[in-house]
Amino acid sequence: MRQILAPDALDAADRTIINRLQDGIAITPAPFAALAAELAMTEDDIIARIARLREIGAITRFGPFIDAAALGGAFCLCAMEVPPDRLEATVTLVNAHPQVAHNYERDHRLNMWFVLACERPADIARTAARIEEETGLTVHLFPKEREFFIGFRVEA
Amino acid sequence: MTIDATDRRILQATAGGLPLTARPFAVVGRWLDLTEAEVMERMARMQAAGVIRRIALAPNHYALGMVANGMSVWDVADDRTGMVGPQVGALPFVSHCYLRPRRPPAWPYNLFAMIHGASRAEVEDKRAAILTLLGDACRGHDILYSTRILKKTGMRLAEGG
Repeated sequence: MRQILAPDALDAADRTIINRLQDGIAITPAPFAALAAELAMTEDDIIARIARLREIGAITRFGPFIDAAALGGAFCLCAMEVPPDRLEATVTLVNAHPQVAHNYERDHRLNMWFVLACERPADIARTAARIEEETGLTVHLFPKEREFFIGFRVEA
Repeated sequence: MTIDATDRRILQATAGGLPLTARPFAVVGRWLDLTEAEVMERMARMQAAGVIRRIALAPNHYALGMVANGMSVWDVADDRTGMVGPQVGALPFVSHCYLRPRRPPAWPYNLFAMIHGASRAEVEDKRAAILTLLGDACRGHDILYSTRILKKTGMRLAEGG
């Protein structure tokens, strides 16, 4: 999937669909028919194109975007300063926790950044404390204090 | 808002995407033994409450050429974050924008903005644009590029952290 599409993989209608549908659709019985009127395409064409865009990897999905925290989960970005000669051993210890959802090495003194995903807020501090015990290193917690509205768009 | 077991079943059933068919909510209803109207009503209620942010297409930004990204971080004066935070979040090249606690002395930054671009140079140009936007509200800044993915699991329901 880590592959860039050829420039001719998408035509103008595909690009219109990608650009328009990032904004979301209204919840109506026949949402693609509503879009068809708006985009001057047919309903069948829009449905077939979204399916094809997914097949070729231009999009990852079309569906509801969920605020996981609103479902009751607890999430927290964490960072550690790991001495280079202990990196591999620390990766093994940290990743062994199922609460570690993803983990990146970054080019900074704080060189390991991961997200803890737990069912309850108290589990965040508990898991971080366990990682500190196991590694002997400090886990800095960076909980979200405020989230700003995101205007991110990929122009296709 | 509290969501009930039926709401959860709807979210689980659509986690991989909405069925690509003329009447998607009717199909979800058939899967779960609910009416189309009930599925729509529940999803609309969850959207109004913010549990569902939107029903939309997720572009694969890497496939579409946005192959570079960096986590830009900023030390913004506390009394200015409410003003500049929304402006940074609204930029079309910022995919996540959060206020987080500083951890002095290891970490003086409180505003995090993930920047995407077609190249490292483009990411740096966009970072410069944020610096201009922040002006004297910014007291220090940095950017962290990922050098390796150490773990990636399907945190399908989550965005950010």
